Amino acid sequence: MNKVNFATVWLSGCSGCHMSFLDQDERLIDLAEKINLVYSPLMDVKDFPENVDVTIVEGAVGNEEQLHLLKTVREHTKILIAIGDCAVTGNVTALRNTLDNGSEEIIRRAYIELTDVNPLTPNDVPKLLKRACPLNEVVKVDYFIPGCPPSADLINYVLTEILAGRAPNMEGKAKYG
Amino acid sequence: MSGAGTVKLKINGVEVTAYEGETILEAAKRAGIRIPTLCYLDGLSNYGSCRLCIVEIKGSPKLFPSCTTPVSNGMEVITDSERLRKYRKMTVELLLSEKPHVCAVCVANGNCELQDLAKEFGVDHLRFDREWTRQKIDLTHDFLVIDNNRCILCTRCVRVCDEIEGVHVLDIKARGKDSQIIVDMDEDWGSSRSCTSCRKCARVCPVGAIYVRDKPISETKDKDIAQFIISRRRR
Repeated sequence: MNKVNFATVWLSGCSGCHMSFLDQDERLIDLAEKINLVYSPLMDVKDFPENVDVTIVEGAVGNEEQLHLLKTVREHTKILIAIGDCAVTGNVTALRNTLDNGSEEIIRRAYIELTDVNPLTPNDVPKLLKRACPLNEVVKVDYFIPGCPPSADLINYVLTEILAGRAPNMEGKAKYG
Repeated sequence: MSGAGTVKLKINGVEVTAYEGETILEAAKRAGIRIPTLCYLDGLSNYGSCRLCIVEIKGSPKLFPSCTTPVSNGMEVITDSERLRKYRKMTVELLLSEKPHVCAVCVANGNCELQDLAKEFGVDHLRFDREWTRQKIDLTHDFLVIDNNRCILCTRCVRVCDEIEGVHVLDIKARGKDSQIIVDMDEDWGSSRSCTSCRKCARVCPVGAIYVRDKPISETKDKDIAQFIISRRRR
């Protein structure tokens, strides 16, 4: 059986969704027989490869680098899945959107107000977008797994259905938020 | 139940007898047929703001809110169809897009009627652009909090305050998307002299907009309170 090229991407999220992914426990062994992991924060690959079949993306789009990466992911991936509330709705990452100058305010808070030594605004990290946004505001997303984090069971259900070529039915399953 | 003052109608093909002037929702409830609701609460007046209880009535292309539509003789009602599910799902999505709802940091996470409905209708993402404008949070009361960022304007709090507690502290100001729950004449809750601090508003709030500070929300919710008080009054 041909293995499916599988990737996981971590944008502005807490990595909780990746933890939940790993919480599939022994079911990961079954999954490993079907997939070929080609890109992930869990492995050492620098560039997002071409010809990926399925990619799960955690986190909201928070800065310019992530925006660029997500567009590359979309171009190189057949099925793109948003995993977790940050990727699905913006969630906690997007709380700064409710502030008038959110992106500037959180930089000032993190790098100046809360520092003990050397308070300064960084200029060597990717520039924050004015608003953090869910994936589907930037690219086409094929499937959504909501939850903060989504349960391992739900992740397993959706991946199993997709790898079997079926569309998952989320009615009565996905806890929104 | 039959004779004068009653009507016969069909709900999902089943013949149901109802009292004249009764709503479709009430008739369906007695017949054991569930219609999803959100702003409706047993014991309070019917307001019809959320549009989740919409039903189809044979012979009309329109959809009707079952909580405010009275029954009539020979009426044929459908409470569940692909079309209704599609609109109910869209309604939940619109409610979620209208304010910066973030379940992960909400007191009602896991005890929220809006969240439950989203799950029921398979809302796994929002197809509409979200409104991120920050709304007022009133923390001036000793223990009651209103967070307008989470309010869906169902007016259960306004109705329970007016109709059950009888003080009408809460009301709505402005129109459309600017609508907001206010205390007295849009004053701080802490300085209100009409509020009796009865907590009924927090008990009936379907989401996490009004809550009792430092209390687990599962202990402060009591959705049957209005019906309970009304039934005692009738004794």
